[in-house]
Amino acid sequence: MKTVIIKYNAGNVQSVMYALDRIGASYLYTDDEVEIRSADKVIFPGVGEASTTMSYLRSVGLDKVIPSLKQPVFGTCVGMQLMCRFSEENNTECMGIFDVDVKRFPAASGLKVPHMGWNNISGYQSPLTEGLPDNAYVYFVHSYAAPICEYTVASCDYALPFSAMLHKDNFYAAQFHCEISGNAGQQILENFLKL
Amino acid sequence: MLTKRIIPCLDVKDGRTVKGVNFVNLRDAGDAVELGAMYAAQGADELVYLDITATVDGRSTFIDLVRRVAQTINIPFTVGGGISSIADVSALLHAGADKVSINSAAVRNPDLINELSLEFGSQCIVVAIDTRYIETENGFEHIVHTHGGRKATEIRSIPWAKEVEERGAGEILLTSMDTDGTKNGFALELTSTISGNANIPVIASGGAGNMEHFYDVFTAGKADAGLAASIFHFREIDIPDLKEYLKNKDLPIRMTR
Repeated sequence: MKTVIIKYNAGNVQSVMYALDRIGASYLYTDDEVEIRSADKVIFPGVGEASTTMSYLRSVGLDKVIPSLKQPVFGTCVGMQLMCRFSEENNTECMGIFDVDVKRFPAASGLKVPHMGWNNISGYQSPLTEGLPDNAYVYFVHSYAAPICEYTVASCDYALPFSAMLHKDNFYAAQFHCEISGNAGQQILENFLKL
Repeated sequence: MLTKRIIPCLDVKDGRTVKGVNFVNLRDAGDAVELGAMYAAQGADELVYLDITATVDGRSTFIDLVRRVAQTINIPFTVGGGISSIADVSALLHAGADKVSINSAAVRNPDLINELSLEFGSQCIVVAIDTRYIETENGFEHIVHTHGGRKATEIRSIPWAKEVEERGAGEILLTSMDTDGTKNGFALELTSTISGNANIPVIASGGAGNMEHFYDVFTAGKADAGLAASIFHFREIDIPDLKEYLKNKDLPIRMTR
């Protein structure tokens, strides 16, 4: 099986690679369209700011490649947000795979932003959450979130309910960091690779 | 619900943990990777590795250690100690650290906080504040200290905490040098003031001696996370017991067993 981690100007993706190493999965870290298209599984990680990342993806054409992929694609964190239609983070037009807009956590809630730390997810409706205990804890670090929508397959609550995971056709996404989310995160990665 | 985090801190010299650790079930208690993995398995929510090596050789050993930790454990970890430049941070993040903690360098050059958060994102920049309540010309005040808490600056800790947030810090690691090592409890009032003012998470450190101290720092102290070293290393408190205790007191805690 060929797994590709999409290479772009994201922040550190080293821990994603180590997480795949731990479950014994081999992968290719590349931005080459031919390699990406021929992969069995594609991981689109994300650490960074939406507008800079989107303009980079546009400059290299990945903004067209990613939505046209046919194999299972898994976007995490900012990767998930970029798969949505629009992000309030510097008012960024995103790839529009999921027809939902990413919004900043309301400041008025009195809660700290970013939402940082372990929070529980529920309402599982995804093959990626198979075998996970109810209310599994996973690790989040983000200031923007996708509201609950028709593609929500796991939700979380911080100030208000939001989408912890999205799914549409061959596109899967998680707002949290599977790679550092303990055994729960590892299970989700394994489930994705098993699809 | 977002949980309160329990964070063991490991001091590392030349790639090995320094404080004598008496875990009988470890093959090598000085092995910082093995110890970290054990804490992760016990339910620690994050780890902090502090490099207390001063030499250049020690520094490259530490980066190698960071890489091995990242390969082994599946929870977030922060590294700190002697970080003073974008290059230092880049090397540690590329080795697999999730966050870096800066202290003296931020005091010397506060613009470094802005530069690092722009370059790498706020989420991975922790500013450590070592503070001590000392007499100044204005009476007793909380004053920022550097060099492991030995050297007083002229900076007042409470406004400094706000300043580091405004400059882009993603988290504050607040250590009270007054309570550190006493086992009499965290500095609740100061922690509460700083965490109550902050819109970023605050990790409280210094003074944990029993499980109730953690309860106090999460309630009265308003802390988002509690950090301790020797009480975990010497098994005066076991992490699973601590988490069970806090959970039973109705605090939001990530249970792993």
